[in-house]
Amino acid sequence: MNTMMQKSPIGGKRAIVLSTNGIGKYFFDPVKFKALDDVSFEAYEGEFLTLVGKSGSGKSTLLYCLSTMDTAYEGDIYIKGEKITGKKSDELAAIRNENIGFVFQFHYLLPEFSCLKNVMIPARKLGKYSYDEIESRAYEKLKMLGLQEQALKPASKLSGGQQQRVAIARALINNPAILMGDEPTGNLDSKNSAIVFDIFKEIAHEFGQTIIAVTHDNDFAKASDRTIELADGRIVNLDKSDF
Amino acid sequence: MKNNINIDIALTHIFTRKKQTFVAALGVTIGVGIYLFMNSLDKGFSRYSMDEIFKNNAHIKIYKNDEISKPLTTEDSSSLRVIINPQITTLSKKIINPEALLATVKSQSFVTNAIAQVNFDAFYNRGKAQIKGSGNGVNMTEYAQMFNTNKYMVAGKTEALQGNLNGIIIGSGISEKLNLGLNDNITVTSSFGVVKVMKIVGIFTTGSSMNDNAKSYVNISTAQQFIKEGPAFVSTLFINTLDANNPEPFVQKLQQLTSYTVEDWKTTNADVLAGNKTREAMMGAISMAILIVAGFGIYNILSSTIMQKINDIAILKATGFNGSDVVKIFVLEAIIMGAIGTMMGLIFGSVLIGIMSNVYMGGPVGYFPIGFELPLFIRSFVLGMVITICAGYFPARKAAKVDPVEIFRK
Repeated sequence: MNTMMQKSPIGGKRAIVLSTNGIGKYFFDPVKFKALDDVSFEAYEGEFLTLVGKSGSGKSTLLYCLSTMDTAYEGDIYIKGEKITGKKSDELAAIRNENIGFVFQFHYLLPEFSCLKNVMIPARKLGKYSYDEIESRAYEKLKMLGLQEQALKPASKLSGGQQQRVAIARALINNPAILMGDEPTGNLDSKNSAIVFDIFKEIAHEFGQTIIAVTHDNDFAKASDRTIELADGRIVNLDKSDF
Repeated sequence: MKNNINIDIALTHIFTRKKQTFVAALGVTIGVGIYLFMNSLDKGFSRYSMDEIFKNNAHIKIYKNDEISKPLTTEDSSSLRVIINPQITTLSKKIINPEALLATVKSQSFVTNAIAQVNFDAFYNRGKAQIKGSGNGVNMTEYAQMFNTNKYMVAGKTEALQGNLNGIIIGSGISEKLNLGLNDNITVTSSFGVVKVMKIVGIFTTGSSMNDNAKSYVNISTAQQFIKEGPAFVSTLFINTLDANNPEPFVQKLQQLTSYTVEDWKTTNADVLAGNKTREAMMGAISMAILIVAGFGIYNILSSTIMQKINDIAILKATGFNGSDVVKIFVLEAIIMGAIGTMMGLIFGSVLIGIMSNVYMGGPVGYFPIGFELPLFIRSFVLGMVITICAGYFPARKAAKVDPVEIFRK
């Protein structure tokens, strides 16, 4: 793997959690179109990284390649030093389960389950702990996000901001190395956006988990540790500071 | 359900969509119920027609078949050519040394019962009225045991013939036509010109006019007198075996013991069996079609569930569930729907069978010949489950192929 250590924006040498090497991707519908072109960058442990760019710049496309869910790309992706490019879908599913948490614009909670049960799902899939242990961990996560009162309510009965926080709790249940967000505050008002931002910051700086979030919210990006800007499928700025 | 998340998700889907589950199960209920009912009808009727066959047929019979004369020529084509006229050369239908043959047959481990019979052509007379028929000389006790004759007696008893050389049991048709009842005298003439006045000790009715209008039973020795033969004359041996449905291997074994023709009931009743098979195939095809339609019901409901749950499937796949987990979840849902439906179907089928078994058909059939057959219940259950699992597997596989990226990027 790429062992090069870079200086992170807030200083100090830190371990690389995720790195890419020359990612390229084509879309073929309606015409052949290069969505990503030679994208290479690293993300460090405990770093709050945002991806910005205009609509169609390829930032979401890049995130889904990093997420291991999209496997049709050129180049290589490494997670925790392990090359994940070319692995079978079942192996990738296991890697996602253990190492990556997801937060989307929409919460994607299972409406029939209570909040607590929704949060428990990835951990029960992982199967590392007993049911009771998972339940208490999930409860802890919900408490951390200020949702202990809502734990036993069905997910569909909560407000938008609360649902998004439950989704974050679900993403964190397996203590993944990386938390990926696709417009995580896209559907939220400014108050709830601020709450989510604070949570992300806490996760990155206090628990050392890496956050990679796609956003078009400049305030959100500005306040993150580092912002990568894309345009027309290329990285135009590895550490954008002019907002 | 604390252990497996896949089971937990499947059960939650089922319980939060009770109505849909019930509708899907209902389709299977009707399919399985009708399948069970139709096949029970068929089985009952087959059993009835089998019983009809065994009224007159033992599992295996041994008799002397007609022999055709063979030309006395050599195979060599250059030799003298002879014009021949093949003819039946059988002088007598007699089985030689029947006692010894009967004893050998009875000693076989697979033989449950074996009896000797003497057949003769008989004419039943009263005054000028005459009916042609056939007489059977038998040991009546053994014969009644083998053919359940006691069940068909309408007057007198089969035991009355035992040791009564002048007694005769006649069919109800003969009794009616000649206006003769129990204890009346009947004049019986054989084709050999022997005339005897006999006392009617019993009347039977089997429901088959062929039997009721022609058949009569007398003692073996009486029958031997009718055809002017000695006590060593026997025309047929009837043999019952352990397995009525599978007489072929027994036939082969018995054929090694004797040079006479050994024939099982299937050969004798090939036409009835072919009819049964045709009916079975028809009923099977129709009921199977209904069951498959029920399978499509499950397929439909599961397909629409999957379309509605496509977001859930996407997030499950994103959080690390792989394709086989998704297949398991939805196949399990199909299995639950199928199990509920199949169980209700077995109950529904049982109710139909219960109703049908109380329908009186009249005549010799009586109540409709239908019953509860355990193997059919098992078969209906297995088929119901197999079809629902298949119907669940295809939509489930489609769900497993959902590309989460496509969903999230919408």
